[in-house]
Amino acid sequence: MELLCPAGSMPALKAAIEHGADAVYIGLKDDTNARHFAGLNFDEARLKEAARFVHQHGKKLHVAINTFAHPDNYQRWRQAVDMAANAGADVLILADIAVLAYAAERYPKLERHLSVQASATNVAAINFYRQFGISRVVLPRVLSMQQVRAIARSSDIDLEVFAFGSLCIMAEGRCYLSSYMTGQSPNTAGACSPAAFVNWQDNDGTLESRLNGILIDRFAPNETAGYPTLCKGRFSVGDDTYHVLEEPTSLNTLDLLPQLYAEGIKSLKIEGRQRSPAYVAQITKVWRAAIDAVQSAPDHFKVQPQWQQVLAGLSEGSQTTLGAYHRKWK
Amino acid sequence: MQFSLGPVLYFWPKAQMLQFYREVADSDFDIVYLGETVCSKRRELKYEDYLALALMLREAGKQVVLSSMTLYEAPGELRELRKYVDNGEFLVEANDVGAISMLQEQGLPFVAGAAINCYNQHTLRRLVSMGLTRWVMPVELSGQWLNDVLNQSIISDIRDCFSTEIFALGHLPLAWSGRCFTARSENRSKDQCELCCIKYPAGREVSSQDGTQVFVLNGIQTQSGYRYNLVNQLNTMHNTVDIVRLSPQLTGTFDWLAKFKANLDGSAPQQLSASDSNGYWLQLAGMATG
Repeated sequence: MELLCPAGSMPALKAAIEHGADAVYIGLKDDTNARHFAGLNFDEARLKEAARFVHQHGKKLHVAINTFAHPDNYQRWRQAVDMAANAGADVLILADIAVLAYAAERYPKLERHLSVQASATNVAAINFYRQFGISRVVLPRVLSMQQVRAIARSSDIDLEVFAFGSLCIMAEGRCYLSSYMTGQSPNTAGACSPAAFVNWQDNDGTLESRLNGILIDRFAPNETAGYPTLCKGRFSVGDDTYHVLEEPTSLNTLDLLPQLYAEGIKSLKIEGRQRSPAYVAQITKVWRAAIDAVQSAPDHFKVQPQWQQVLAGLSEGSQTTLGAYHRKWK
Repeated sequence: MQFSLGPVLYFWPKAQMLQFYREVADSDFDIVYLGETVCSKRRELKYEDYLALALMLREAGKQVVLSSMTLYEAPGELRELRKYVDNGEFLVEANDVGAISMLQEQGLPFVAGAAINCYNQHTLRRLVSMGLTRWVMPVELSGQWLNDVLNQSIISDIRDCFSTEIFALGHLPLAWSGRCFTARSENRSKDQCELCCIKYPAGREVSSQDGTQVFVLNGIQTQSGYRYNLVNQLNTMHNTVDIVRLSPQLTGTFDWLAKFKANLDGSAPQQLSASDSNGYWLQLAGMATG
């Protein structure tokens, strides 16, 4: 079972490798990946440096090129594939059919993983993408453990699941909420609820967060204010005002680790390329210890309280959830 | 330019569905999409019922397309999908690539619905080679984007192989989740939903705390708070759009069809209401109006 950690910068990448990641995933410095944030990601020189560093440590580098190519500058997505291949990436994480096909034809020996942004939630969808020679599928965060199990048992393709981090509650790659409010979505711009559209206003102690002018939440002085990701806002339905879609909370699957291991899940992915090196270091350390524990004695695995303590401290609103893996969440 | 009626996105009781489609049979729609695209637990109409409706509508002169679901998660849902693929008579709209995989296996043509991620000419060309005969572009894309895709040289030589369709009236399907938001709005879990979405035949409205309509909850689907309405853009579409889709409204669907038809050349523009939007088509935020 692989521990796959995020890195938005060289220091974060080094932190991940030094604290026990088996592989690291990164993106290029443009909108060819789904974490296209200012100050983040890798240009060509840094990409080469990243590949060198990861390989010196005997680990693997995955490069996410997982947005959908635009008609008028499609060339940029091809160039991203070329750049990653030439820099020595071990794996490309891809979502667009055209980009998958290009990578399969141009670099047949370079491993291709199906990005979560391709939204393959079932075996028929996985079969569709097999024509592009993918060796692994990253499963969307909408599936229950039972559904993950059904896919694992009816398909021989390698599976990767999200283990920890920000929780997308919509089928990834098919969510247009962000472009509905801002004009920019993960699919087209590589960002959800982009920071350029965020506005904070203090009204006599009540803090209001807005996205492109739309009120996402109001926080009383005693409340912790979170980033206005639009699916985690407080809105009104009828007479009730509540987190209509989801609370600000992070996904944490530590409790499910023995089950995921038993189903032969090949890789656990930690979300968070936008996070700091210190965050990546702490998360990586906890998950390294947990994976080592489950691998050495799967029947005696126990979640250590200190792991949960560290993870809770690194979570949105200090809350964690099993998300869709747990049927009751749905 | 032809007009199509999309699948009913909400959960309507069987009697209401049958009545609605009797009216559809007498309407001016050229093409009718039929089927449950949102939630497999909604079974007021079963596969056989949809097939009977399809036959009735075909006899009334409509081209009928069977629409399949968008989010397939369970093996049982795929078995149901297989029935639609194997129907033997009617074209199928794929809203998940899993459906494309099954249709491609059988060598059948298909419509790629708006939830299929086709954003560029190379992907479109691949899909055409797999059997795509009609492309409904993702709802978040603009008229300019459509134009940019169709104007590429690798599309011009296959432009006769497929038609283009756009979602032009109705609350936009924007997201699908493992979670049911209508059940959540009633403090129920999805497993204990008791099909409560049947009480909301136009979905449940969600407002911001200062009163802007932001979303509409429709089971596991989240829709736009505003109704998307391209009635005033039709005269700019003649070179790029072959089919204009209206999504079934609780009331007024056929009146809207008349208004759309009257304004094909821009000679009978409509005043949009404050809860209409057309931003996506105009390269703006989806909820904006230009």
